Amino acid sequence: MYDANKIIPGLVIFVGLMTFPIWAGMGKAEPVPKPKIDTPVIKEMAEKHCVESKNYMADYHMQMLITWRDKALRDGKRIYVSSSGQKYNVSLQNTCMKCHSNKKEFCDKCHNYVGVKPYCWDCHIEPIEPKGNVL
Amino acid sequence: MGVMLSLIAVLVIVLVPLAGSQVSGLQYVFGVFFPYAGFAVLLAGFVFKVLNWAKSPVPFRIPTTAGQEFSLPWIKQAKLDNPSTTTGVIGRMAFEILAFRSLFRNTKAELRSGNLIYGPAKWLWLGALAFHWAFFIIAVRHLRLFVQPIPGWVEFLDKIDSIMQIGTPPVYITDVLLIGGVTFLLLRRLLIPRVRYISLPADYFPLFLILAIGTTGILMRFFIRTDIVAVKSLLVGLATFHPFIPKNVGAIFFIHATLVSVLMAYFPFSKLMHLGGIFLSPTRNLANNNRMVRHVNPWSYPVKVHTYDEYEDEFRDLMKGAGIPVERE
Amino acid sequence: MAKDLTQKEMLRIDYNPPKSGWMDTPVKIKPGIYCHPAKPEKITDVGMPNAHTWNPLDEDWNLPANWQQIFFEGMRERLDKHRSFKIFMDICVRCGACADKCHFFLGSGDPKNMPVVRAELLRSIYRKEFTTAGKILGSLAGGRELTPAVLKELWYYFFQCTECRRCSLFCPYGIDTAEITIIGREILNLLGLNINWIQEPVSNCYHIGNHLGLKPHTFKENIEFLRDDIESYVGVRIEPTFNRKGAEVLFVTPSGDVFAEPGIYTLMGYLMLFEHIGLDYTWSTYASESGNFGFFTSFEMAKRLNAKIYAEAKRLGVKFIIGGECGHMWRVIHQYMDTFNGPADFLEVPVSPMTGTTFENARSSKMIHITEFTADLIKHGKLKIDPSRNNHMKVTFHDSCNTSRAMGILEEPRYVINNVCKHFYEMPDTTIREQTFCCGSGSGLNASENMEIRLRGGLPRANAVKYVHEKHGVDTVACICAIDRAVLPASMEYWVPGVKVAGVSELVANALIMEGEGERTLNLRGEEIPVTEGGDNV
Repeated sequence: MYDANKIIPGLVIFVGLMTFPIWAGMGKAEPVPKPKIDTPVIKEMAEKHCVESKNYMADYHMQMLITWRDKALRDGKRIYVSSSGQKYNVSLQNTCMKCHSNKKEFCDKCHNYVGVKPYCWDCHIEPIEPKGNVL
Repeated sequence: MGVMLSLIAVLVIVLVPLAGSQVSGLQYVFGVFFPYAGFAVLLAGFVFKVLNWAKSPVPFRIPTTAGQEFSLPWIKQAKLDNPSTTTGVIGRMAFEILAFRSLFRNTKAELRSGNLIYGPAKWLWLGALAFHWAFFIIAVRHLRLFVQPIPGWVEFLDKIDSIMQIGTPPVYITDVLLIGGVTFLLLRRLLIPRVRYISLPADYFPLFLILAIGTTGILMRFFIRTDIVAVKSLLVGLATFHPFIPKNVGAIFFIHATLVSVLMAYFPFSKLMHLGGIFLSPTRNLANNNRMVRHVNPWSYPVKVHTYDEYEDEFRDLMKGAGIPVERE
Repeated sequence: MAKDLTQKEMLRIDYNPPKSGWMDTPVKIKPGIYCHPAKPEKITDVGMPNAHTWNPLDEDWNLPANWQQIFFEGMRERLDKHRSFKIFMDICVRCGACADKCHFFLGSGDPKNMPVVRAELLRSIYRKEFTTAGKILGSLAGGRELTPAVLKELWYYFFQCTECRRCSLFCPYGIDTAEITIIGREILNLLGLNINWIQEPVSNCYHIGNHLGLKPHTFKENIEFLRDDIESYVGVRIEPTFNRKGAEVLFVTPSGDVFAEPGIYTLMGYLMLFEHIGLDYTWSTYASESGNFGFFTSFEMAKRLNAKIYAEAKRLGVKFIIGGECGHMWRVIHQYMDTFNGPADFLEVPVSPMTGTTFENARSSKMIHITEFTADLIKHGKLKIDPSRNNHMKVTFHDSCNTSRAMGILEEPRYVINNVCKHFYEMPDTTIREQTFCCGSGSGLNASENMEIRLRGGLPRANAVKYVHEKHGVDTVACICAIDRAVLPASMEYWVPGVKVAGVSELVANALIMEGEGERTLNLRGEEIPVTEGGDNV
């Protein structure tokens, strides 16, 4: 009464489930996405910079955007003063998307990679991108 | 004392990567070496432990029966609480493992003016269930950071878990349940005198550890954010055996990773093995068909018995005198 | 001496544990709680080791010099033999759900009577000796040195557990303290540390055939006395047979029912029932014990004593076996006998000769419970019953631990009682069926010297009886267990005076209309049956 016929398969299943990421990723790991910043507007910028530092934006842009939403829509405040003292219009469409007009190559790249589905576009109209930018 | 020691141990596990990850070379230790080591110890340790249990046989069929047995055809059997078939056992085990059936029975006894009163006591069941399910779903949800492309069901789980759309990024229901559950389990250990009396350092340590894991995870998601793309690239690197430390990964991640690594390594050597143990528990996983199907004891050996012949030899005269039939006159 | 304690004094129970931790509080062995040690000759005459004279109150227990080695080797062996033991040593999370489920804890408030702590007493040794963490970290990893004081503590508390399994019902992992106690006692027995209340019955049962040591002629005479009582109370003469070859059925029951009140009335019940239906059965003087105190000693001893039942069934050439009302007996019969001493391929699948019912649930072991048998008879209308003779009684039913939690015979006795009694009242739900409370004296702890702990352990059961006694006027606790019949009267007398204890078969027989019976003015106890209102038109 050792039940090896149940315990061994049970352990195989356990190890199989636990190592799911290993065999799921076997050989088909996609490269780390690099969001593209080669839009015409950015290309024309003399000094390429976002409203805040690149690292800060990578980590905190979602919280900044929500603050912007609340500022603009609930408080009617449309001016954001960055940490460097520069003033920006608080607007997703007119500020963010002006430079980052390539949503598919910029926003979606990372969002898809980490499985994030922001609800920005529930209200905002998705930018229409020229076909050439898709690939 | 057990409380303080456990707390200090967990604080050390937080402080070491906090300081160590500032040194660039050491990030590899916290981000690659510890997770690999922890995961390997978890897998090997778990398998070893279960095989070690399996090496000891189940000599007797000893289910704890919790309802009416299979009996006469007109008597209704409690098929789940006292199963007599494999299907019934699977049902019983499913209830036990997925819904904590036995804990659901819990009562609370009180002595009131000389009378024992038994009230229902479902909080432990609720807290434990919330905690365990939350922990499980959180672990599964983390697959989004280990696997690329992300399986649809993981994304679905994530969506459901964050369906409340509170905060940015959205708060997970399971995060709240985990922290709530583990806090409840910790508080009852600290505040209920009887539970405190039976608690060992080994009871506080995993609670503090899991609390720290949950806290660092939540901090990382909401307050001390770090580049999640970099984190995922690191974790995918681990899963595909191309480990590397990307730039822009904050100390908070290394703390979280170290805590999880310690939990994994600790798991097989601790009471946390109740995860495996419940499947093998002979009072739960056996059918109550004892008189229907003979259970074989593999180490059964012949024993010395007092045979009838010996008995008759000793008592023959008395038996004959009393008119009891004998084999030999 | 326990009887000197008033109820009020007994009920001064504090469920809050003391400040000092259990590991740091040495055991204090108190008279009234423990049973006398086994007499050495009773140990040696069944070939068990390390028999010696000792006194629990003494500093020195005269242990063999290498007692620790014996203990550890015994533990190692049992870890390798019992998966249950190994797992139960490893996976307890100390959630405390079991704590207030134990009748001994509820009755005494002694924190070491919480099932979790009882198990931890041994687990701490396990961690220290058998786990790497415990070897290195010691008490930090919950490990504890096995000192003479710790051994005494183990002994004290493993003989304060009646192996009732109530805690295992509530444990989320099914950790069964009974299993730990059984194995703990096995290890203690390697050191000659049994109690005499268990050891002497074991010796008697082995050599003479039953716990009480009734030799063949005495056994027969006792039953014949009861037969004579039936004749005078009922007016029917019954001729039971003994060791008769060729009978269809072998009947075995605990010897307590042959000897002492109120068990003897249950035995009279069996005699009348079998006579009533004309069952072709025999008693055996060789297998004159179906209870098994060996089970409270070691698995091996349980097997050695149990072997007689199948051996005798084979020798006599019966078709199947019926077992009487008993608790731990049925744990052994139901969960162990077939494994111990089967397969019983020389017997036939039990079929009731009266109703033709095949007892599917005993297909392999070929042994059925008297209550299953009786319930089937009643269902098929094979018994002529006048339940009004029990009208003067208000009955409740006490489920025995083992038949409930190691078998699940719950409805059968209720069906039988409801057919032979008019007034039946259940105790509260949390105290019956699978949640039933122990009588307080099971697993060989029904001695007289440990009366205090027996009464304390009996409190939860007695308290539930008191509830129905006060609410409905219940005056009779029915049961299907010989130990219950032996011990509940004392517990009732102390906690709920005015409540008597009766086996279900006694109630059945009181209601049976026997062929050729005289006027039934007396019950099986020889007492006048009170005429109750509307008594004769039920």
